[in-house]
Amino acid sequence: MAYTDKVIDHYENPRNVGSLDKAAPNVGTGLVGAPECGDVMKLQVEIDDRTGVIRDAKFKTFGCGSAIASSSLATEWIKGKTINEALAIKNTDIVEELSLPPIKIHCSVLAEDAIKAAIGDYLKKKGGNGNSASGG
Amino acid sequence: MMLKFPIYLDYHATTPVDPEVFRAMAPYFTEVFGNAASRNHEFGWTAEAAVEKARNQIARLIRATDKEVIFTSGATESNNLAILGVAEMYREKGNHLITSPIEHKAVLDTCHFLEKKGYEVTYLPVDSYGQVSPEAVRAAIRPTTILVSVMGANNEIGTVNPLAAIGKVCKEKGVLFHTDAVQAAGKVPLDVEAMGIDLMSLSAHKMYGPKGVGALYVRRRNPRVRLAAQIHGGGHERGMRSGTLNVPSIVGFGKAAELSERLLPDETARLRRLRDKLWDAIRSRLDQVYLNGHPVDRLPNNLNVSFAFVEGESLMMGMKELAVSSGSACTSASLEPSYVLKAIGVGEDLAHTSIRFGLGRFTTEEEIDFAIEKVVSTVRKLRDLSPLYEMVREGIDIKAVQWTGH
Repeated sequence: MAYTDKVIDHYENPRNVGSLDKAAPNVGTGLVGAPECGDVMKLQVEIDDRTGVIRDAKFKTFGCGSAIASSSLATEWIKGKTINEALAIKNTDIVEELSLPPIKIHCSVLAEDAIKAAIGDYLKKKGGNGNSASGG
Repeated sequence: MMLKFPIYLDYHATTPVDPEVFRAMAPYFTEVFGNAASRNHEFGWTAEAAVEKARNQIARLIRATDKEVIFTSGATESNNLAILGVAEMYREKGNHLITSPIEHKAVLDTCHFLEKKGYEVTYLPVDSYGQVSPEAVRAAIRPTTILVSVMGANNEIGTVNPLAAIGKVCKEKGVLFHTDAVQAAGKVPLDVEAMGIDLMSLSAHKMYGPKGVGALYVRRRNPRVRLAAQIHGGGHERGMRSGTLNVPSIVGFGKAAELSERLLPDETARLRRLRDKLWDAIRSRLDQVYLNGHPVDRLPNNLNVSFAFVEGESLMMGMKELAVSSGSACTSASLEPSYVLKAIGVGEDLAHTSIRFGLGRFTTEEEIDFAIEKVVSTVRKLRDLSPLYEMVREGIDIKAVQWTGH
């Protein structure tokens, strides 16, 4: 499979790789996918409680190059955004930015899910009103 | 020596034509262009003589007689002809076939086709190394069984089957025995007499010959195997496979078989040493790596490894200097991980992390040394990126996690 330059760039120089303290009250962790499916993304956000701005984001991904690129891009995009702005990111935005072929669209879906799961986890910590699909 | 990139380590998929093979073929495209079926002039006779020489070269590789070698367009056609040809010809004797779930698709899909036509097929389970047990074959044979088809060596995991023992069972029970020997030929010694094989599929391009030509060995005595032709026409190849013979490719196939037979002992030892060097380095420098396939009864050039917590396609992307293949779903159009790994009990999580290395005649020690460094550094890099590896190091049981899945 031929990759686009943007996918290769994110794969070779992934942005924001790493982990945040998942026990911290202002850190939300999203863990989506499954090893049996060949894709697992862990995406974490550190949020300013006062402004609702995502101050930091980190990821680790088990998956193909497109999955790694999708999660790397997701962290890049959400840093500095408010919760609502980040939640507005659609998987189709990622598909477009990385020019993912149809067979790799599920990677972008997973990245969108990871953002929502991470923010959901944070919101749950704050008020128990989150709708996180998974925890860390 | 300067390394040339990418390094080809996918010799199970195909092989380059050996320069000696290419030289042998060359005149048959232009000067010696006759139709081997033209019986009335020099052009035809020369072409026919070249084809007969090739038939002999191939027969020698598998210890058959010349007339038992039928030329086809490749092993897919050979497998189709063997299975469909027997099924049709022996329909009155029975409608039951036995095979394994890790055969090549050319065998499996042909069997599925027959099932739709009212035949019954038993897919014998293989063990965790991918071997078919001769005793399981014996137990599965019914009065209506007309064919057992078991591959010589598996194309993904390299496991070699106990052909002689399976052949013995088939002989005792009076059932025809077909083997797809595409991967085994030229890499492990084959002897249709000693192994009790009645039909054998071969491919030229897996043994440094050209693509688009193959052969089917069809036993002529004890017993004389009869096949219903699947391609109709001029009655070439003892009436079993009509069509003008592809003389240049057949000449190349013959030369390739001759070379393979001559080089087999030395090449087996050389490839095994290089393959073992690769595996020993990988397992001594990386944790959580698993060999897929049989540790001993395997092709000397095959290494299939699962690198836990690193997805196969991303691993290949990280070592683009190496041309290898993966059992990961992401590398196939189907999104299904390897059915071979599944059949030998490799979990889907590990199937996604598998890489197949296929060494060959032109693989050098320098290339393997480079491959070792590349594999080790890329796996380490991707494990630093892997949430699963992190979780395992934190002591989390990954199997106990409630995954959201997709």
